[in-house]
Amino acid sequence: MPRVHIDVMLKDEILDPQGQAVERALPQLGYEAISGVRIGKHIELDVGEGVDVAATVEGIAHELLANPVIERYTWRLAEEA
Amino acid sequence: MRIGVVQFPGSCDERDAARALALLGAEPVMLWHGEADLAGVEAVVLPGGFTYGDYLRTGAIARFAPVMGAVADFAERGGPVLGICNGFQVLCEAGLLPGALTRNIGLRFVHRTQHLRVETPGVWCAAPAGSVLEVPVKNGEGRYVVDDPDALAEAGQVLVRYCQPDGTVDPAANPNGSLASIAGVTNAAGNVAGLMPHPEHAVEALLGSTDGGAILGAVLVRASA
Repeated sequence: MPRVHIDVMLKDEILDPQGQAVERALPQLGYEAISGVRIGKHIELDVGEGVDVAATVEGIAHELLANPVIERYTWRLAEEA
Repeated sequence: MRIGVVQFPGSCDERDAARALALLGAEPVMLWHGEADLAGVEAVVLPGGFTYGDYLRTGAIARFAPVMGAVADFAERGGPVLGICNGFQVLCEAGLLPGALTRNIGLRFVHRTQHLRVETPGVWCAAPAGSVLEVPVKNGEGRYVVDDPDALAEAGQVLVRYCQPDGTVDPAANPNGSLASIAGVTNAAGNVAGLMPHPEHAVEALLGSTDGGAILGAVLVRASA
């Protein structure tokens, strides 16, 4: 059964206050050279045998997992264990 | 006028909305999220709350509730629909309103009395353009974003903006970093509106303001005019 990994990220032009908060915390831990922190979502799911994986995953990602107004997504098949 | 108030799992302001509508002279009708039927109401309010625990994104799962198909059909036919706070988020997710609501700047849940400047009166605002309303705001993901806020304003789709008590729109009066201080918008036709502040919490002088009636009760004013 194909396992799919999907990543949903805010579009680059959308402000990410969570990423900024994490980035601001890093110097306190001694990590000085870090920038561009962005926080997104990672979703994994199994697609049933015989189902068109690409069409199904694109549909799920576009209709539910990501809001195309503010987010973009990428997906890939997980490597066989 | 019979006005429906939708109850989703996780709604929390539906009783306030129904009570406020009754005080304003409407007959509130509770609508269950699982029913694809609006019981013949003449307007629909989607209340505030945390539908489905705000999982995935605010409003993202509620928009697939059976009742939302009926709400979309009703809106398509020109029926008045108002989304308050989480209801606004649901309407944006459903594509019935432009834009989206994202995490507040500063990551804080903001709750305070808020002044709003009326930009475009219409189906869901009976106060004149430029007037200032005092309405509570309470949200954690209320930062409005849209591709082109100026185009939205030119199209007459900005309902209200966050402002100072004297009506000045500036960053200091913006509670959550919303683009162009936008607090509420409408669809192109004007019959669907959404806003983050809570007009249903501002309909009794005892609680500090009755300005919410200009928005929540706007459809009643028009019906009786």
